[in-house]
Amino acid sequence: MQAVVRRYAGPPPVHALGPIDLHLARGEFFSVVGPSGCGKSTLMDVLCGLAQPTAGSVRFEGNALHGEVPEGVGVVFQEDASLAWLSVRQNIAFGLRLSGLPKAEVSTRVEHAIAFMGLSHFADHYPAQLSGGMRQRVCIARTLVLRPRLILLDEPFGALDQQTRLLMGDELLRLWRETGATVLLITHALDEAAMLSDRVGVMSARPGRFIDLVETGWPRERDSRIVSDPHFGELTARLWSSLRSESMKTLGRVA
Amino acid sequence: MTRARAVLLVRIALLAGLVALLEALCRLGVIDPLSILPPSEMLGAMIERVASGDLDEGMVQTFSTIAIAYVLAVVLGTAAGALLQKLPRLRAVVDPLLASYYSVPTFIFYPLLVALFALGKTPLVILGMMSATPAVIISTLAGLDGVPPVLLKLARAQRLGRWHTLWWIVLPQALPRLFSGFKLALSYALIGVIAGEFLLSGTGLGYAISFAYQSFDSQAMYGAMLFVLLVAIAANGMLTTWESRIARRRARQ
Repeated sequence: MQAVVRRYAGPPPVHALGPIDLHLARGEFFSVVGPSGCGKSTLMDVLCGLAQPTAGSVRFEGNALHGEVPEGVGVVFQEDASLAWLSVRQNIAFGLRLSGLPKAEVSTRVEHAIAFMGLSHFADHYPAQLSGGMRQRVCIARTLVLRPRLILLDEPFGALDQQTRLLMGDELLRLWRETGATVLLITHALDEAAMLSDRVGVMSARPGRFIDLVETGWPRERDSRIVSDPHFGELTARLWSSLRSESMKTLGRVA
Repeated sequence: MTRARAVLLVRIALLAGLVALLEALCRLGVIDPLSILPPSEMLGAMIERVASGDLDEGMVQTFSTIAIAYVLAVVLGTAAGALLQKLPRLRAVVDPLLASYYSVPTFIFYPLLVALFALGKTPLVILGMMSATPAVIISTLAGLDGVPPVLLKLARAQRLGRWHTLWWIVLPQALPRLFSGFKLALSYALIGVIAGEFLLSGTGLGYAISFAYQSFDSQAMYGAMLFVLLVAIAANGMLTTWESRIARRRARQ
C-alpha cells in the first residue's frame, strides 16, 4: 500500500485517511490500533478493495486493486454478517458453493472449518440460536474455507465480552499459525493488539496516518497467556502512550 | 405450544359459536330467513351452486383475472419498489403518496377504466392491480431497507456479481418482509377484482352475487358469497402457513 489517501467528497468534504504507506510481509500478523473515528474501517475497505483510494495505490501480491476484492483475500467484518436463513454449515459453505468447486472438496473444507472453529455441535443450528461469539466464529470459518492468503479482520471481537475475546484471540493465533496466512487485524483494544501481533501500527486521529510502528518480538508459538509476561505490559504501555494524545484530540474535537 | 393450541381452540370455538348463534336466530325467526339464510342452508346452497356447475364459468373468469392482476402486481410492485429504493430523491417525493394511497377507494376509478378499455377482463385486471401494487411496493422498500450494509459488503468480499448478490443475499434477507406484502396484495387483488365484477361486469363471481341479489335469489347469493369467503380465507391461509414456515426457521431459538 503506497501513499494511500482517501477523501470523501462530502458534503462536508472529509479527509478520512492518509497519506499512509504500509507493507505487509507474507505470513505476518499485523494489527492496527487507533482512536475512534480515525479511519480504521476506511483503511480496511481500501486495503481489501471495497473502496478506491482517492490517491495512491494498493497492491496485493504485486497486482494493483481496482475496486474489487481480489482472490486470496478474506474479510471478516465487525458487524454480524451471518446469514440468518442458512444453517451454520450452509453459512460456512456459502462462498465456496458459488465458487464452482467440486462438491466433495467443498464439504471436506467445510467440515474441517467446522471442527477447527469448534462448531461441530452447532453445524445444523441457525444463527438466531447462537451467541454473538459463535456467530463471529461462523463468519471466520466462512472466510477460512476460501483459503485466503491475506485475512483482514475489522474489529471482529468488538461486540464480545472480554473472556470470549481472549479465547477468540487464541483461536485466531492458531488459525494464523496453521494456515500460514498473513493477518491484518483492526482493533480498538490495545491489549488485543499487543498480545496477538508481530507488529502493531498506531494510527493518528483523523486523517488517519501511522504515528508509530511497534515490533512486538513475540515467538510464533504464543497464546493469551503472554498477558502475564512483563513485556506485554511494556508493549501495552507504549501503545497507549502513542495513542493517548491522539485519543484526546478526538474527544476534544467531539466536545 | 400448548398455549398456542389453547388460543387456537378458543378462536375456533368463538367462530363456531357465532355461526351457531346466527343459525339459532334464523331458525327461531328472530332474523327473517328471507334477509339472511341460516348458515347451514348457506352451506347447502353453496355446495349445490358449485356442484351444479353454474359458477364454473364465473370461477374461471374471476380466478384467472385475480391471478393475472396478482402476478402483475407482484412483478411490477417489486420492480417499482427496487427502483424507488435506488432513487432516493424520487422516493422522497413519492413516499407520502404511497402511504396515503390506502385512503383512496380504488374502485371509484373502475367506471373510468371501463370507459377506457371497454367492459371485459382488462379493466378488472387493472383495478385488481391498482389495489394490490402499492402493498408490494411498500413491502419491497421495507425489505430492501432492512438488508444490513454489512451483507452487501460480504457479497463484494465474496466476489459475488450483481445477480448473485441479489439472488443469494438480498432476496433471502428481504423475503419475510416481501412476503407480507405479497400476502396483502393477494387480498387486495381479490377485493379489487370482485368489487369490480360486482359493480359492472357480465361474468365472474362478483357478478354472480350481484345478479342473484338483484333477482332476489338469496339462495344463490349466499351460496356464492360463502364460496368467495372460503376461497379468500383458504388463499390467505396458504400464504400465512408458508410465511410462518419462513419466519420460524430464522427465529428458531
